[in-house]
Amino acid sequence: MSGATASSYQPPTKVGRIADFVDQRTGASPLLREFGRKIFPDHWSFMFGEVALYSFVILLLSGTFLTFFFNPSMAETHYEGAYVPLRGMEMSVAYQSSLDISFEVRGGLFMRQVHHWAALLFVVSLGVHMLRVFFTGAFRKPREINWVIGGFLLILAMAAGFTGYSLPDDLLSGNGLRIIDGVIKSIPLVGTWISFFLFGGEFPGTAIIGRLYVLHILLVPALILLLLVLHLFFVVLHKHTQYPGPGRNDGNVVGYPLGPVYAAKAGGFFFIVFGVVALMAAAFTINPIWNYGPYDPSPVSAGTQPDWYIGWVDGALRLMPGVLGSVDGYRQHFEFVIFGQTLTLNVLLPALVPAGIVFTVLFTYPWIERWITKDDREHHVLDRPRNAPTRTAIGMAGFTFYCVMWAAAASDLIATHFHVSLNDVTYWLRTLFFLGPIIAFVVTKRVALGLQRKDREIALHGRETGRIVRLPHGEFIEVHAPLDEYKRYRLVSFESPAVLPAQPNARGIVDRKERRRAKLSRWFFEDRVAPVTVAELEAAHEHGHEAIAAHEEETAKSLGH
Amino acid sequence: MGNHSDGAPQHGGAVATAGQTEQAFADPGLPPHRPRLADLDPRAAKRAERQVTALFIISVIGTVVFLVAYFAIDLGHDSDIATIRLQNLLLGLGTAFAMLGIGTGIVHWAKALMPDHEVSEARHGIRTDEDREAAVKIVDDILEETGVKRRPLIRNTLIGATVLSVFPAVAVFGDLGPRPDQKLRHTMWAPDEATGQKVRLTRDPDGTPIKASEVTIGSAFHVIPEGLNELHEGKLNEKAKAVVLLMRLNPADLNISAGRENWSYNGIVAYSKICTHVGCPVALYEQQTHHLLCPCHQSTFDLTNECAVIFGPASRPLPQLPIEVDAEGYLVASSDFHEPVGPSYWEREYS
Repeated sequence: MSGATASSYQPPTKVGRIADFVDQRTGASPLLREFGRKIFPDHWSFMFGEVALYSFVILLLSGTFLTFFFNPSMAETHYEGAYVPLRGMEMSVAYQSSLDISFEVRGGLFMRQVHHWAALLFVVSLGVHMLRVFFTGAFRKPREINWVIGGFLLILAMAAGFTGYSLPDDLLSGNGLRIIDGVIKSIPLVGTWISFFLFGGEFPGTAIIGRLYVLHILLVPALILLLLVLHLFFVVLHKHTQYPGPGRNDGNVVGYPLGPVYAAKAGGFFFIVFGVVALMAAAFTINPIWNYGPYDPSPVSAGTQPDWYIGWVDGALRLMPGVLGSVDGYRQHFEFVIFGQTLTLNVLLPALVPAGIVFTVLFTYPWIERWITKDDREHHVLDRPRNAPTRTAIGMAGFTFYCVMWAAAASDLIATHFHVSLNDVTYWLRTLFFLGPIIAFVVTKRVALGLQRKDREIALHGRETGRIVRLPHGEFIEVHAPLDEYKRYRLVSFESPAVLPAQPNARGIVDRKERRRAKLSRWFFEDRVAPVTVAELEAAHEHGHEAIAAHEEETAKSLGH
Repeated sequence: MGNHSDGAPQHGGAVATAGQTEQAFADPGLPPHRPRLADLDPRAAKRAERQVTALFIISVIGTVVFLVAYFAIDLGHDSDIATIRLQNLLLGLGTAFAMLGIGTGIVHWAKALMPDHEVSEARHGIRTDEDREAAVKIVDDILEETGVKRRPLIRNTLIGATVLSVFPAVAVFGDLGPRPDQKLRHTMWAPDEATGQKVRLTRDPDGTPIKASEVTIGSAFHVIPEGLNELHEGKLNEKAKAVVLLMRLNPADLNISAGRENWSYNGIVAYSKICTHVGCPVALYEQQTHHLLCPCHQSTFDLTNECAVIFGPASRPLPQLPIEVDAEGYLVASSDFHEPVGPSYWEREYS
């Protein structure tokens, strides 16, 4: 009917006319109607994901610039460029072009620095973002799949970082590749073959830089981009989570509309992230490849370090003992020859097992917790970490596990900076590798429960005012000011799941799996602090009015307890 | 503390947890909006406006700094480090101010002047139960119409064909490099097969031969085989296997095992420099303790005990290179290493 007739609607403003022009050709108005004022909750801890997104954009921009000048060839050449100390040296074309980018391309050094700093920031922000998501329980239904996508993004970010780190073909990155080659060769059955295929023959060969280059500028970023889009699609679909507080529940989303406030803040934040990266690139040298020289299998500099995100795997390699026992006495080797085949567990175990544990727990955790709690509801309100003590403790145990390995990657630097024995540092870190996570678990859980008790105290009796009053019978008490209802609601409005005992299944039987689940549920929730109830608050108030003195005495007792 | 679930010690385990929901606090709703200074005082709003403008002007200045640094400082073949550093600093500061000016300006604008009323929006389920049922039905119907359940023969042959079709990819992957064969077992130290000519030990990197008389007690040499520098192809590959550390100790300090009596000369010993852990060069020689230390993962080898591992992640001693002295007094390798150098691999025992 209206196919040929023009719409009678005339937009009143100029911008409106442009928007309408686009809309009549794209049909974007329903989209704008849906998203133009979409609500986004606001919290500083939600910005880590944004930092990751923005550093990825910066990486694409600066990386594209670098590809214009970089030459990934391992052909041999003699350097005759601007950097005098290396003139006349034999080196690969890849290293030469990296030097040329640094010294002869205008702004090239700046771009290299921006690219490297942004890469470090990218992985940091991904990691911190995932910690935030874990500790606040944002991975719960319906966001489990998005959590898994995030885990793959973390792995891909590390892969992008490592492939890029190796490209300049300097001494440091060459030694990094050498270590990778050694680790690959430790893989049973196929390791040697994979090494030869990867390097196109013996290490170092002449193929590896070109191959890593294709992975680094094509395959890995394409995968990251794909998962990133999927990740953001799910964020929009699920709507963002929000912290608990008055007016917020699982049925709503409270925050600022996308246009204009949220878009302005988020858009402005991109420029801030870019600005901070530029500042770091201006002031702090990163990866000065000209100091290391070209790759040569013979020399190595002391204090070699991988980029920070590979550190934990390198640290695990350092912690594993190859032989236990003295040279004269009994020696336990961790390399075994079985039926003529060499199994070198002193390399294989630390390279695979810790990373395997971390990523297995990371990927399966949402389902583990879901199984234990039998909780099938959707969660859009986050947990404050203290209100999920066992989860928080598990997270801190994992974090400590990671950090011990990470510290081990700097064992030599710890030894030289603090003037302690390198061997002692290693022995301590080996001990902490096992004990650290346990200590972290116990301490974190106690701290979380303590904080919950403190919240309970404040909710029941108000905050301490610091005003001391003398009662008629001579006793001194401190006056507590009651909270307003909004602040109090924040402290009392959390869920505190109780132990869920084993339940019979459809056939009326409590099977072994269910008993195991019940045991885990006990472990998870037997230590719990229940939120204050209305009745308790009323009781506390009456109590307070009738016998402040007695109450204070009791509090004092419990404090000394 | 008899009761684990007792959150508040002063109640002695009397915390009621049952019926928690009935007693839960009612949600007081969003706290009242607190107006900002700029909402109440037009002068404050004006001030914020000026601040935002100032930040944007700082950004303009940053851009100008970048452009000046870019065009005024030219890099080329003769640019020195100081110039490059200066340009990097100015480009970076220019970009930083340009970006931070825009960023902080926009954020300040949003926080001080744009409406800051928090809005509550209802969440809707991501799909209705109706859609859900329909979708499950569609999937079931599709499966039913293919008849894949009723015709297992089709299903099984399809699975078999698909699995097999992956193998060409594996074969292609296999062509990325040559087969390992015996390559890891052999180095340039093997005497010439035709003439029996033994390979001289030469200094890394210049390749000058080393006389036994030049090696004093306590000294150490980084060694490459003679002829390595003249290789046109695969020089780094050969070097990665052949590098050796040469040291001289007091012969009384060496514990030599049976069969290795002729592998050293007057306390001069040569060991592979490639760590048996994951292949870093074992570049640190502690002269006093006669320890060799790998800087990558701190594997420590005891030179007096034929480089047995005394600390760190390596499991095998460094392979020893048997050496002797030729007619002219130069050190030569009696033979190749008797085992593969470098990191262990699956086929190490036989290839």
